[in-house]
Amino acid sequence: MSRAPLLDIRRLSRDYASGGLLGGKHVTRALDDLSMSVAPGTIHGIVGESGCGKSTLARLVMALDRPTSGSVHFGGEDLFRLSARDLKRKRRDFQMVFQDPFGSLDPRQTVGRIVAEPLHVLEGKPGKAERRDRVAAMLEAVGLAPDHAARYPHAFSGGQRQRIAIARALITEPKLVVADEAVSALDLSVQAQVLNLLMDLRDRRGVTFLFITHNLAVVDAVADRVGVMYRGRLVESGPAQAVFARPLHPYTRLLADAEPDVTRFGRPDRPPVAVAEPIDFGVGCSFRNRCPLAVARCTAERPELRELEGGPEVRERLTACHRAEGLLETNTPG
Amino acid sequence: MSVVAPSDTRQAASAGRLRRAMSRGNLLIGSLLIGLMGGIALLSLVWTPLPPGKLQIVQKLKPPLTQGLLGTDHLGRDVASMLMVGAWNSLSIAVLAVAMGAFAGTLVGVTVASRRGWFEAIMMRANDVIFALPPILSAMMLGALLGTGRRTAIIAIAVFMVPVFARVTASAALQVWSRDYVLAARGAGKGGIRITVDHILPNIANQIIVQVTIQLGLAILTEAGLSFLGLGMAPPAPTWGRMLADAQTYLGRAPWLAILPGLAIALTVLGFNMLGDGLRDLFDPREKGR
Repeated sequence: MSRAPLLDIRRLSRDYASGGLLGGKHVTRALDDLSMSVAPGTIHGIVGESGCGKSTLARLVMALDRPTSGSVHFGGEDLFRLSARDLKRKRRDFQMVFQDPFGSLDPRQTVGRIVAEPLHVLEGKPGKAERRDRVAAMLEAVGLAPDHAARYPHAFSGGQRQRIAIARALITEPKLVVADEAVSALDLSVQAQVLNLLMDLRDRRGVTFLFITHNLAVVDAVADRVGVMYRGRLVESGPAQAVFARPLHPYTRLLADAEPDVTRFGRPDRPPVAVAEPIDFGVGCSFRNRCPLAVARCTAERPELRELEGGPEVRERLTACHRAEGLLETNTPG
Repeated sequence: MSVVAPSDTRQAASAGRLRRAMSRGNLLIGSLLIGLMGGIALLSLVWTPLPPGKLQIVQKLKPPLTQGLLGTDHLGRDVASMLMVGAWNSLSIAVLAVAMGAFAGTLVGVTVASRRGWFEAIMMRANDVIFALPPILSAMMLGALLGTGRRTAIIAIAVFMVPVFARVTASAALQVWSRDYVLAARGAGKGGIRITVDHILPNIANQIIVQVTIQLGLAILTEAGLSFLGLGMAPPAPTWGRMLADAQTYLGRAPWLAILPGLAIALTVLGFNMLGDGLRDLFDPREKGR
């Protein structure tokens, strides 16, 4: 990448301990030694199945939770080394849009108050008139009317609510917006509108998005780059189109094949592959029990993210699979 | 989405109508009863048929309508006047005690919800200890310390109310804390106190109001119990509980002396409970917009 990254995640891990009075403590590793960087002015997609650590990643990037180890550098500063005061000041530069537009807006506040919320916390908080003007401008920017500010969230549809949530995230003119499943709860037609809005915001305001979803089609449509997560680890990353056209990791291929396709009507000809439970192996590749390509090496040695030797089709791409070369040969596009 | 057969929807609709009608009935009857009792209590401050402490031994134990509206007691005092002043004494103690208990309990509850961890563990265990002591017992201990009287009754009932409100607000507040809009507020940089004031309290206010109403009924009952045992307000002041206690001896000769204050207590408690149920249904989000 040519420019300095806006967001640089280094060897980030997060463990959750569970266990009660009886039975020993059980530690679940939600994020496992994950590193990635996001260039300014891009939409960076993160895909993976439920429970792969996507939302943990979002919470850590938003500094709403502390990592077990590793660091998150935002604009060159380590978020978890900042003082509480500096972190609070820094928060205007990164905001979040949540999955459920019915749970992310306080039902007891007017839309104007909700959108203005981040402004109330700013140092040198803008005055009442300025806040009103900025809220009105922001509501217009996301395709709502300024007079919607006086209403309560229950008066709006899901898509409109998500626009309100986006307006709240953008009111401080942040550099980064973390969108955690931001369109997953919306109808397809509304999804398209919101996605267009995000791309428009990237192009006109230079906002960077960390776009987290389980929906490959959505990432394929909007993301510049994509990272594929499995069991808390990044297993593949690269330019979005290239990754989905020619996956370099069997898990990515599995995801891409599972995606419904307009050219494939009816039920799949093959019976669906029985999906093995993700298991915590400790050593080796965590995907090997579901992997059609697994060999003895995958049991013994954990694959690290690496670049592949080869032509332009593998440029700027990383994969964490011992057998990626073989996958590249069998995976002819089309 | 499931397809619902027309008869099911009709049934559901009529059940909904019944529920709404009942909750409106609760609300209406409850507020009428409480309005009536509150009105009588306030009126007693400026007017009673006779001074409630006025003794007319020659007129003692007269049945209702023969002497005054509701008869006289064993000392010839006017029962109607005593009930009116008793209403003021009971309601004012209950309201003050619940207000204090609700304030302290809510403070504990929202603090617990925002701090969690060891603070939560300690506060909630302390709650359990207080909750395990019956108010009568704590009133006796307080009475020994402070002397019996109005103040002791208020404090004893208030202490008893704190854990109830602490639990109700803590569990309601924890639910609100788990909402995404609270996460968004944290992401914006708001701290625990700010989030509690801006988001938690407005969203749990309904539950607190319902609980206040129900606890008022309980406070009336507790206050009557304390006065019955002589742990309430000092003797010349008439209270419903002591009127009941005094009536015990004359149960055969003058049953109205027990029935009337008993009825006053029952109607007030019923009123608060119905009001509480009605308010709960009114606030219940599941009923909204149907």
